[in-house]
Amino acid sequence: MTTMTIAKAINEGLRATLSNNPKSLLMGEDIGPLGGVYRVTDGLIAEFGADRVVDTPLAESGIVGTAIGLALRGYLPICEIQFDGFVFPGFNQITTQLAKMHSRSSGNLTVPVVIRIPYGGGIGSIEHHSESPEALFAHTAGLRIITPSNPHDAYWMIQQAVDCQDPVIVFEPKRRYWLKGEVDTEAAGLAENPFKAHVVREGTDATVVVYGPLVPVALAAANAAAEDGRSVEVIDLRSISPIDFDTIEASVKKTGRLIVAHEAPTFGGIGGEIAARISERAFHSLEAPVIRVGGFHMPYPVAKVEEDYLPDIDRILEALDRTFAY
Amino acid sequence: MGATHLPSTEFDGTGLDDQLEAEAEAALGEPAAEMVQLLGPDGTLGTDSVFSKYAERLDAEKLRGFYADMAAIRRFDQEATALQRQGQLALWVPLTGQEAAQIGSGRASQPQDYIFPTYREHGVALTRNVDLAELLRQFRGISNGGWNPKDTNFHLYTLVLAAQTPHAVGYAMGIQRDQRLAEANGLAESGTAEPKAAVMVYFGDGASSEGDVHESMVFASSYNAPVVFFCQNNHWAISVPTAVQTRIPLSNRAKGYGFPGIRVDGNDVIAVHAVTEWALEHARQGNGPVLIEAFTYRVGAHTTADDPTKYRESSEEALWRAKDPLDRLEKYLRSEGMADDAFFEQVAADGNELAAYIRKSTYESDTPDIRTAFANTYVEAHPLVAEELAWFEEYSAGFVGEDTAEGAGN
Repeated sequence: MTTMTIAKAINEGLRATLSNNPKSLLMGEDIGPLGGVYRVTDGLIAEFGADRVVDTPLAESGIVGTAIGLALRGYLPICEIQFDGFVFPGFNQITTQLAKMHSRSSGNLTVPVVIRIPYGGGIGSIEHHSESPEALFAHTAGLRIITPSNPHDAYWMIQQAVDCQDPVIVFEPKRRYWLKGEVDTEAAGLAENPFKAHVVREGTDATVVVYGPLVPVALAAANAAAEDGRSVEVIDLRSISPIDFDTIEASVKKTGRLIVAHEAPTFGGIGGEIAARISERAFHSLEAPVIRVGGFHMPYPVAKVEEDYLPDIDRILEALDRTFAY
Repeated sequence: MGATHLPSTEFDGTGLDDQLEAEAEAALGEPAAEMVQLLGPDGTLGTDSVFSKYAERLDAEKLRGFYADMAAIRRFDQEATALQRQGQLALWVPLTGQEAAQIGSGRASQPQDYIFPTYREHGVALTRNVDLAELLRQFRGISNGGWNPKDTNFHLYTLVLAAQTPHAVGYAMGIQRDQRLAEANGLAESGTAEPKAAVMVYFGDGASSEGDVHESMVFASSYNAPVVFFCQNNHWAISVPTAVQTRIPLSNRAKGYGFPGIRVDGNDVIAVHAVTEWALEHARQGNGPVLIEAFTYRVGAHTTADDPTKYRESSEEALWRAKDPLDRLEKYLRSEGMADDAFFEQVAADGNELAAYIRKSTYESDTPDIRTAFANTYVEAHPLVAEELAWFEEYSAGFVGEDTAEGAGN
C-alpha cells in the first residue's frame, strides 16, 4: 500500500500503462514538459519521450479525431481534455464518430480511445472551468463513462479504461485531485470491474447514491445523519455508463429510501435516470419518492456563488429530512 | 507546380458581393492558368515539366483500364439513381462528372495505403475492390457501412462532413509510428518491413469550410504525417457555390499550413493520376502531407433529394459536360489507336452486366435483424444493452404466430 493523491495515482496509472503497452500514448494540450495544467502527466514525457506523450495543437476535435485514426491503426490513445467546458469542440468527434464506429462498421472496427476530462466545480475558477457535462455523454450509446472518487480507483480505473475495447471517458473530479488515500499498486487490479458501483458506507434507513467529487460530501452527510440516529448507506456509483442498477436496487430494497446527488444540473441528469429505473425496479420497496439533489438549471455560476450552487452536506441532509418526512 | 496566384490580402470590405460574384464566375469559366492538365477536353495530351514523367508510366492497357473504370462507375451511378427512383434505395449520391478525379486518384494508391472517403467516392471504392453491391447497403438502409474496411483499406463512408479528415491524419500518424518502429527494429534494413504506406482522405469544397479540415491540416503539418488531402472541388455544396466557401483556390490553403497544394484538372484522369502518384510517393517517403484540389464538377444533383434547377443555370452544366472526363479519354484512346469500337462496345456490355448484378443484389439483399445493432453497440458486455435486449426478446415473443392469425394487423 502506498499513500498518494488522486492526481498522483492517475499519473502512476498512466506510467504503468505506458510501460506495459507500447501501443499506448498520451495526447493533449500542455501534457508534455508542463505535465498538464493539473500536473497529472508530470514527468511522463521525460520518461517516455515526445512520441508517447504528445503535446498536441490546441484543437479538441483534432485531438479526439486523430486519436480515432490512431486507434483504427491499432494504437491506444489516451486523450486529455484540459477542462470540462472545453470538451465541446470535440463533442462532435466523440458522439458522432468515436461512439458509433464499432456499431456502424457492423462490429468490424474498434476504437479503444480513452478521454480524460477534469470535471466539476469547487475550485473557484472562471467560466467554462467547472462544468459537469457527464449526462450529455451518458446519453450517447457506444461510450462508457467512469469517474473515480479515490486514489486506488483512480490508479486502476485509468489502466482498465485503456484495456477496455470500447471508448471510455474518464471524468476526473478535479477538486479531489489532491485527495490522499491508499493505493495497492501490487494488487492484480480492482477487486471488481470499474463499471461496478461500491457501497462505501453501509446503512439501513436510506441510500444516497453519488459519484466522483460528491463521495466525500455524502459520507460526511451520512456521518452527520448518524448523530440524529439515521443509518445512511452511501453508494459510490463509479460508472456513469453503464450504471450498476443492481447494486442500487439491492440497497433500496434494504433501506426503502433513495437520494441521488450530483453536481450536474438536476434536470435531465443522471439522477433522473436512476430515479426512474429504481422506481420501476423497486417501486414497492420505496417508502418515499426518489429525491434528486443537484445543480440548478443555469449555466455554471460565477465562482463567488458556487457554494450556493454545489450540493453540500446540508443539501443532502435536507433531502434526507424530506425523504424521512414521508 | 500548379499553384495559382494568391489574391491581395488587402481588403476594405467594399464591393465584396461583386467581387465574390466575379470570382464565382471566373471559377466556373476558365480554370486557373497554373492548374495541372495533361489531357485536354479535345483529347490532346499536353506536357508538364513535373508530371509528364508520371503520365509516361501509363501504357495503353492502363489507360483502357481507366476508361473502363470510369464507364463502369458511371453506369453504376445511373443504375443506383434508377434504384432510388424505384424506391429501392432511400437516397443516392450521384458522382457523374467526377469519374476522373476518383478513378485517377484511386488507381494511384497502393494496396497498403489506407483511404478515408466521404460519401460520394463510389469510383474510389471501385478501385479498392469494394463490392459495389455492398456499397449500396448503406443507401438501402440495411447497414451503416456495408463492407469491412480491413479487407480493402477503404474506410466506411462518413456522413458528418469532414469528420473523417482527422481520422485520416491519426491513421497516418499510426503508419508513421509503425514505420519508425520497424526502422528501430532493423526491419527496414533486412527488407522484412511492410511496404511504406500513406493515407488519402477525400472531402469536398463544401467540407473544406468545416473546422475539422483545418484542425486536420494543422495536425498533419505539425507531425509531418503521410497523408494526402484530396479535395474534389465539384463547385456546389448542395446549393451553395464554392465562392461562398473560399475566396482563393482551395489548393492555395496548403501554403498556410506549410505543405504543397496542387490544383489539378479533375476531369483529366491522366493528370489526376500523375499528381496523386506524386503526392502519395511524397507522403510515403516521409516528406509530409499534400493537398490536391481536383477541379471538377458535379453534373447531377447533390443527392436524389436535391433539385439543382433551383440554384444553377443549365448552361453551366452544359459548359462542364463539354469537359467530360470519359469523352476526352475516349478521343485520346481512339486518336492514338489504343482502343477501337470493339473495346467501347465491350465496356458498354460490361456496364450493363454490372448494372444487372447491382439490381439483382439489391432486390435480394436481406433486411437486417435489429439484434445485430444490440450486438454491435459495444465491444464488451454491457448490462443496459443486455437488459433492453432481454426485454425486446420477451416483447417480440408475444407476437409469435400473430401475423398468421385471422385479422392480424387490423
